[in-house]
Amino acid sequence: MTAKHTLVALVEDKPGVLTRMASLFRRRGFNIESIVVGRSEQPHLSRMTIVISGSTAMLEQLRKQLDKIINVVKVFDITADDTVARELALIKVGATSSSRSEIIQIVDIFRANIVDVASDSVTVEVTGDEEKIDSLCNLLRGFGIKEMTRTGRIAMTRGSLGRPPAGKQSSKAQGKRQKT
Amino acid sequence: MKLTGAQIICEGLVKEGVEVIFGFPGGAILPLYDTLLQYPRLRHILVRHEQGAAHAADGYARATGKVGVCMATSGPGATNLVTGIANAHLDSSPVVAITGQVARPFIGKDAFQEVDISGITLPITKHNYLVLDVGSLAGIVKEAFYLARTGRPGPILIDVPRDVFIDQAEFNYPTKLDLPGYKPTLQGHVAQIKKAAKVINEAQRPLIIAGRGVIMSGAYEELKQLAETAQIPVITTLLGIGCFPESHILSFGMLGMHGMAYANMAVEAADVIIAIGMRFDDRATGKVSEFAPHASIIHIDIDPAEIGKNVPVAVPIVGDVKLVLNALNKLIISTERIDWFQQLEDWRKEHPSTVIRECEGLLPQLVIRKICEVTQGEAIIVTGVGQNQMWAAQHYCYDKPNSLISSGGLGTMGFELPAAMGAKVGCPDTTVWCVAGDGGFQMTIQELATVVQEKVAVKIAIINNGYLGMIRQWQELFYGRRYVASPLSGPDFVKIAEAYGIPGLRVRRNTEIVPAIEQAMKEKGPFLIDFIVEPEENVYPMVTPGAALTEVLEGPKETKAVSDSAKLPVSNI
Ligand SMILES: Cc1ncc(C[n+]2csc(CCOP(=O)(O)OP(=O)(O)O)c2C)c(N)n1
Ligand SMILES: [Mg+2]
Repeated sequence: MTAKHTLVALVEDKPGVLTRMASLFRRRGFNIESIVVGRSEQPHLSRMTIVISGSTAMLEQLRKQLDKIINVVKVFDITADDTVARELALIKVGATSSSRSEIIQIVDIFRANIVDVASDSVTVEVTGDEEKIDSLCNLLRGFGIKEMTRTGRIAMTRGSLGRPPAGKQSSKAQGKRQKT
Repeated sequence: MKLTGAQIICEGLVKEGVEVIFGFPGGAILPLYDTLLQYPRLRHILVRHEQGAAHAADGYARATGKVGVCMATSGPGATNLVTGIANAHLDSSPVVAITGQVARPFIGKDAFQEVDISGITLPITKHNYLVLDVGSLAGIVKEAFYLARTGRPGPILIDVPRDVFIDQAEFNYPTKLDLPGYKPTLQGHVAQIKKAAKVINEAQRPLIIAGRGVIMSGAYEELKQLAETAQIPVITTLLGIGCFPESHILSFGMLGMHGMAYANMAVEAADVIIAIGMRFDDRATGKVSEFAPHASIIHIDIDPAEIGKNVPVAVPIVGDVKLVLNALNKLIISTERIDWFQQLEDWRKEHPSTVIRECEGLLPQLVIRKICEVTQGEAIIVTGVGQNQMWAAQHYCYDKPNSLISSGGLGTMGFELPAAMGAKVGCPDTTVWCVAGDGGFQMTIQELATVVQEKVAVKIAIINNGYLGMIRQWQELFYGRRYVASPLSGPDFVKIAEAYGIPGLRVRRNTEIVPAIEQAMKEKGPFLIDFIVEPEENVYPMVTPGAALTEVLEGPKETKAVSDSAKLPVSNI
């Protein structure tokens, strides 16, 4: 049973942490769809959102193996949670004077923005979940996508909890609670 | 007071109780070597190849339970450590490796003798460091030792650029560690332990499989108590050997590819398996989908990632083996399991597994038996890899923890001599026998010089079969006897030993075995015996590679046994 999973990792902001994680994905054969790294609300901790597809058992292994990396402070699986997930994309679309207004219309419908206009192209910035970005891309493809970059998913659990809910914490914490 | 980086390292080593470092110098690490002069309590042992330094540190760590330390220079020095570090990693051995690196301004410039050793060792260390600031050095040394020996132990590498050795910083050895991402779970979860106790108390045919985790957590008494109270037979993994006395009535030997047939049969029949401090390696489980088909598995291990990795587990318990067993034992009801025990005894009689056949020529199994007899089972045995390793595991009677030191996970030929040297340095009052293959011995033979220079009194038994024996055995059984690249010539090992300054003997006849071993024991210093054994002797029992544990080849049955069925306690041999 394979499905897409979203993992969030809090990691120490130290050199080589990303290499350690990448090396682990490679050598244990985990296939990562996207990984996003950036600052978190806590100083010295970066937050990573990892999207991966695979079986539940494989995901459990990945979570535990990630947790073994000394600089990884916490790993949690938020797949089953009620989350807000977003991705950002920049899409450069071919535009002529005749097609430009049609593009603008589409961009408006998607509540996306045009962030650059040139004589033969416009650059669109869009934020949303993967499906929204996929459908915008599909619509724009007809005009000719010249260049595109997508950030990959970042995600957060909804609600007042500043931290991930207790049951989803890393196996280090779970060792004490032992829900496995 | 300000100290140089090199002094900070030495201070840290002293604070961590280090007594000996195995190493080899070079340009990048020279400032550290120069500083060693100021620290006479740090004994440095100059090896002849850095691989030897890493294995010696590993052997030292396994024999003493302390952290082993090795060091090497940048570039080739560092890469020569790699096999030894990987070996320590796979067997969870606490080793700290310090390497010199090119000076900071040269890093990333492909400078002379520059390699990215922290990159290279990333997947084969528990953690590693490239020190870019002398101010962080004291904390790193402290962390390195802490990480190496706690939780699931393992090797840590500290890569230090030449100019960081020379830079100065105020020396404060930290008392606190800042490791927010490292909090090994030690106490097992109470509800899980209760559940495990219930499963054990209700079991009809329970079986303990004990691994090296028992030894590392020092849980011999706790294991014994569990086994005795609940009358549960104990089998061990290769690296678990010695965690439970093999002469104990509840001991049923080792499982796995060359395990005892009756131990593997017990796995097949058990309804509950209590796996303690072991990791279900494929050499132990055989075909994993057919492993222990009738058993619910209780798995106790300090590493959560090992639980459920290879086999499905009914009751997982993450924690330190000793603490978990302590808690578990309180809930275990004293039980008799006469039928189950009798069943195992019957299997042991029907499938004796360690019989030594009658033979004109010198049998390697007999050599091991006789070493056991003469040393009264009190020695530390350090093995090579291959047939010699399996015979050493099968035919010596190990009653004490850490009495067998062997490269399990990586299976590194050449481990034997340097690891034996490390073990002897760590345990100078214990007899250490290096059981070597004629192939493996030639991979690190240069350490004979170290043994002599440092007066390390290891006794060496070469099981000389003129083959890469285990390879030849596979070729005989699975490749139509096509012996490609397995016949092996060697030098005259006795003359080689003599050239290094080590007395030795050659043994060709059964009657000469004991006198030779006795002479080796009488000798104060190192001694080498070249046992010219039956060249085509095979290791049995053998589970066909990739097959289930029950598919055992038990070897030729035609001959009558010289020695009695099971490996017996020394007093009974
Ligand atoms: C460094 C290394 N290279 C290759 C192997 C593969 N290998 C496993 S056992 C073996 C034969 C070992 O020969 P020897 O040391 O003579 O021991 P024997 O099996 O004859 O007792 C080989 C080549 C290994 N384990 N380690
Ligand atoms: Mg050989």
